[in-house]
Amino acid sequence: MAKGKVTFNTDICKGCELCIDVCPVNIIVMDETMINVKGFHPATVNDMEKCIGCGNCAITCPDSVIKVERF
Amino acid sequence: MAIVYDKSKGLTDVELHFCPGCTHGTVHKLVAEVLVELDVLEKSVGVAPVGCSALSYDYFNCDMQQASHGRAPAVATGIKRVNPELVVWTYQGDGDLASIGTAEIIHVAHRGEKITTIFINNAIYGMTGGQMAPTTLIGQKTTTTQDGRTVEHSGKPLKMAEMLATIDGAKFVERVSVDTPTNIRKAKKAIRKAFELQLSGKGFGIVEVLSTCPTNWALTPRDSLQWLRDNMMPYYPLGNFRTPEEDE
Repeated sequence: MAKGKVTFNTDICKGCELCIDVCPVNIIVMDETMINVKGFHPATVNDMEKCIGCGNCAITCPDSVIKVERF
Repeated sequence: MAIVYDKSKGLTDVELHFCPGCTHGTVHKLVAEVLVELDVLEKSVGVAPVGCSALSYDYFNCDMQQASHGRAPAVATGIKRVNPELVVWTYQGDGDLASIGTAEIIHVAHRGEKITTIFINNAIYGMTGGQMAPTTLIGQKTTTTQDGRTVEHSGKPLKMAEMLATIDGAKFVERVSVDTPTNIRKAKKAIRKAFELQLSGKGFGIVEVLSTCPTNWALTPRDSLQWLRDNMMPYYPLGNFRTPEEDE
């Protein structure tokens, strides 16, 4: 299985949670330990090892917060 | 390491002002990606409407023009006729295109202007605070239909894609949705075809995109997508209504 790496531009995340539903391996969560400059809990990944780099989260994100790489 | 997805070069670094979860952002990305992939970003001119997407001239990394309410197709006609080598497109919401701008969109299709229109249908007026639009569904509650829209008072919602597909000058008419990654990919293909039609000079192309308005629907972004699937898709079926091949 391909491995992926997801990076979030945390400052511009609006916490809409749309990326959570489209992740096939269910590793995206809202980071409730922090609040970004916009006042939202931003999206983050809790287990990057499981990421397959499908890009669904990045395609869905309306605000272009997410960058996906695959290796 | 290969990049699977990164922000399109067709968008500027300006942060979108749209509400959390608003699919305007998704469609902005698709248009920008298509313009980059077709290598026409440098010679494209977008015409922004009035409505939530009025500020889209800040977001697209190409030349933009702001039009009066509903008049984006007329402005785009002028730009395209004076500069036929440019790729000219309009980005309009349902309040803009299906209400005050109905005359403009019908006649731009009728004349077969070689422009492309991206039509955002979210069944409500967004920027002005959630009033009923021509595309508001029967029974849908808005600030001007507090007991739900009724047929007796307001008629049935207007199906723009079906209507425009009956006009000979409209050569590409398709309705898409951006509720799932699969549908987002299909939407991008449709937008690409609409721009390719313009490049081939065959006529007018329009893509209607079913979108959400979480704020004015009073739903979370995730519930909004489900509401779109449950309520909008049965009334506004996805699919292609006209391709240039049918006319050949």
